Parts: sequence; structure tokens; C-alpha cells
Amino acid sequence: MIEFKNVNKWYGTFQVLKECTSSVKKGEVVVICGPSGSGKSTLIKCVNGLEPFQEGEISVDGVSVGAKETNLPKLRSQIGMVFQNFELFPHKTAMQNICLAQIKVLGRSEDEANTRGQELLDRVGLGDLGYKYPSQLSGGQQQRVAIARGLAMDPIAMLFDEPTSALDPEMINEVLDVMQQLAKSGMTMMVVTHEMGFARRVADRVIFMDEGEIVEDATTDDFFGKPHSDRAQLFLSKILEH
Amino acid sequence: MNYNWNWGILFEEPYFDWLVSGVEWTLFVSAVAWIIAFSLGSIVGVARTVDSVPIRAVATAYVELFRNIPLIVQMFLWFYVVPEMVPDDWGRWMKRDMPFPEATSAIFCLGTYTASRVAEQVRAGIESIPVGQRAAGLAMGLTTVQVYRYLLVPVGYRIIVPPLTSEFLTIFKNSSLALTIGVAELLYQARQIENYTFQGFEAFTSVTLIYLVLTMIVVALMVSVEEKTKIPGYGIQKDK
Ligand SMILES: Nc1ncnc2c1ncn2[C@@H]1O[C@H](COP(=O)(O)OP(=O)(O)O)[C@@H](O)[C@H]1O
Ligand SMILES: [Mg+2]
Repeated sequence: MIEFKNVNKWYGTFQVLKECTSSVKKGEVVVICGPSGSGKSTLIKCVNGLEPFQEGEISVDGVSVGAKETNLPKLRSQIGMVFQNFELFPHKTAMQNICLAQIKVLGRSEDEANTRGQELLDRVGLGDLGYKYPSQLSGGQQQRVAIARGLAMDPIAMLFDEPTSALDPEMINEVLDVMQQLAKSGMTMMVVTHEMGFARRVADRVIFMDEGEIVEDATTDDFFGKPHSDRAQLFLSKILEH
Repeated sequence: MNYNWNWGILFEEPYFDWLVSGVEWTLFVSAVAWIIAFSLGSIVGVARTVDSVPIRAVATAYVELFRNIPLIVQMFLWFYVVPEMVPDDWGRWMKRDMPFPEATSAIFCLGTYTASRVAEQVRAGIESIPVGQRAAGLAMGLTTVQVYRYLLVPVGYRIIVPPLTSEFLTIFKNSSLALTIGVAELLYQARQIENYTFQGFEAFTSVTLIYLVLTMIVVALMVSVEEKTKIPGYGIQKDK
């Protein structure tokens, strides 16, 4: 469903993505890991066109992201995205956060949007907190609202960029649990994360990036069983020590 | 000093009428100038934050031009110089046929000048919003215009209510410069009363008090705006 072919991207003269090639099948959960600055965020932001790239091709469900004629807002509305810092809109309640794009982008009525919003709040375990503003919620709750907000668009895929990195440790699991349920329900997911336990339990495949390159692209069992590269080995040994 | 205090003179005709009319002109000039400043300043301020380089350049040029020329110079420019520089027909219209040439020039001048200051506040407000907010809006399929309309502008303006209050106050104070091109606003009337009655202390004291009352009303108004637009719980963690 999501295809990368020889994607190259530069910031000025600095090459941040190098010949990235991979694909994510429908219903697949792919975890992307790698050292900080290796280009993970950049790679998934290319998927919904938040970051442009200069060479190569990315397509989502057959639609080329880089093509000039592509209607980016429409494509983006079909791909949910969850950010490290939640990025809920501070002047809107949790429910309004979930309803905004349903109404303004999908053209749903307020009632439809609210009904869908309530379903999703229930699903992420926050059924009675829809009236709260983001700053009145804990980090874990905010991130679950953000996931519900992404799901409200009935996306064909969800992108997660370090969704638990900004959370206090005791809140990480409530978010990972929601994501695990989502994976079980068959959602196509690309997840940038350092939570290797989650990767082991939930991912079908793991991509390891370093310095803009996809160094490893393996099934979860293979990745944790026998990493091939020294770089991945080094990274894993560091991260698993914690 | 042998000064004859006479507070009663302020309530005698025609001086009382002059003061009232001065207040009316001050209010009128300030209010209309504020409407121009707020609308134009919003457009220019937003324009300074968009991706398009040419749009940003034009907006930046506007701000630098209007903010850096002293207001009193701009008053003279609009009133005396611009009518000579535009095509003859327009110049004649500006000097003669335009309703209230002095006040109109003053309003336009004060409005465009204050717009450059409002623009800077608007820009600062929008730029203080984390870039991730824009990304989040775009990621859900909103267009850039929608991102501004529903996210950046509403949050940005809430952030800048306090500095906007002070611009609003400044416009009242700056409106007194309109007397230099002959607008019969409050300060102008005070001087006129002094010229006619030699009771300058009373005239200027009363005008000072009137300005004070006006600014207090504005502050009260803006405090209630701030209360109404406040985001529950927001700001508690703002400095994080
Ligand atoms: N807007 C930008 N301009 C210049 N360099 C950038 C920009 N965004 C990211 N980078 C650089 O690109 C590299 C990859 O960044 P990123 O994709 O955020 O890495 P990761 O998510 O793996 O930590 C980093 O070296 C970062 O400094
Ligand atoms: Mg990152």
C-alpha cells in the first residue's frame, strides 16, 4: 500500500535520505528505529507530503505523493498522523479536536462528527473526557485523543512519529495498548519508536535506519533474532540496556 | 504666580461644546484608524508568515516602511505631499472634494502606521505557535488557508491580546498628532480654549483626565476580551 522507491532528499547540501526503498503492505505494522538524526521522522513525513523529496518515488494506495497533480490535502486526509508532542489544538476541546477535520475536510455534519468522535473516545478509553481542553489532560490522555483524532478520518493508514517519547514512563503503556489494539484491528501502520518491546509484540517488520539509509529491513523475528549489520547490533545493544 | 483659577469656564459655552466635539473627533479618528490598523495589520502580519517569498517580501517592506518613519512626518506626508504626487485629478479630490480632508488623511495615516505595528504583533503571535501545529493541521487534510483560519489565527490572536491592547491605547494617544494637520480633536480644542480664555491649566487638565478615562475604558474592554477568549488551562504550562 505504501511504496518507497529510491527516495533521496537533501536539506541544502546535507543528504538526509539516501536511496530509501521499502514497502508496507495493507494491514502490515512496520516499526522504524535508528539513532536520533538518522532520518526516521523525515521518512514518514515524506509519506504524506509534509516534507518534499527531490528524487525517487513514494506512492500511497497507488497515488504518487511527489507528483504535481496529486491533491495533497485529499491524500493526507486518508492518512492519519500522530506526533511526538501530540499537537492537539489548544483552543479546542478533545471532542472539537476530533471533529474539526471531519467537518471541514470530509464535510460531515456536526452530529455525525460528534457521534464518530464519541465512538473513538470510548475506544481509546476517554469516553467521558471529550469536553476537556488539551491542557487539562495528562500527556497519555492527550496522545490517545490525538490517535482518536487521526482515526476519525477513517484513514487507510496511520503514521506514528515517536508517539511515546514525550511521555512520562507511567503513561507509555496506555498509549502503546491503544496502538496494539489498533494493529490487531488490521490497520496499516508505520511507527517510529524506540519501544523495542512493542516492536517485538506488534510489528510485522522492523526497519532500521542510520544516517539516512535503510540499513535493515527484516521481519520482526529475523530482526531480533539475527541483526545483520554492526550498526543495528550496536544500536540494539544500547537501547536494550535500558 | 498670579493665576486666576476658573474651572467653571469649561462648562460654559462654547467651550464645553468644543470639548465635547474634541472628544467626538478623537474617538472617531481613533476608532476608524483602529479598524484599518486591525484589518490591514492582520493581513500584513499573516502575510509575513506564509511560505511564499514574494508575499513575505511585500509584507516586510510595508512594515519596515511604515514603522520606521516618524508618525508626525507621515502625517505631513499624507496631508501635504501625497496630494501633490498623485495624478492631478486625485490630488484635487484629496485636497478639496474628499469629505473632511484633514480627518480623513489623519485616519488613513494613523491606520496605516498602526497597521505596521499590529502586523508585527500578529506575526509574533503566529510564529510563537509550535511548527508542529501547522504540520498537524495539514496532516489531517486541511488546506493552508484552513490551517490559518481554524488554527494559527485563533490561537495567535489569543496570545497577542495584551500587546494589542497597548497598540489600541497608543492609537488614542497618537491621534492627538492629528492636530498638526488641523483636525479639531481633543488636544486641538484644549489649545483653542487656552487661546480664547487664557485658562490653559483647566483646559489641559481636563483633557488629561479625559484621555485617562478613555484609556481606562479601553483597558477594561480589552480585559474582558482577554477573559472571553481565554483557553481553559492554557498558559499554566505555557512557559514550559
Ligand atoms: N528542516 C530541516 N533543515 C535542515 N536539516 C534538518 C531539518 N529537519 C531535519 N534535519 C536534519 O535531518 C536529519 C534527520 O532528521 P530527522 O528525520 O528528524 O531524524 P530522526 O527523526 O531520525 O531523529 C537530522 O540530522 C536533522 O538535523
Ligand atoms: Mg524524529
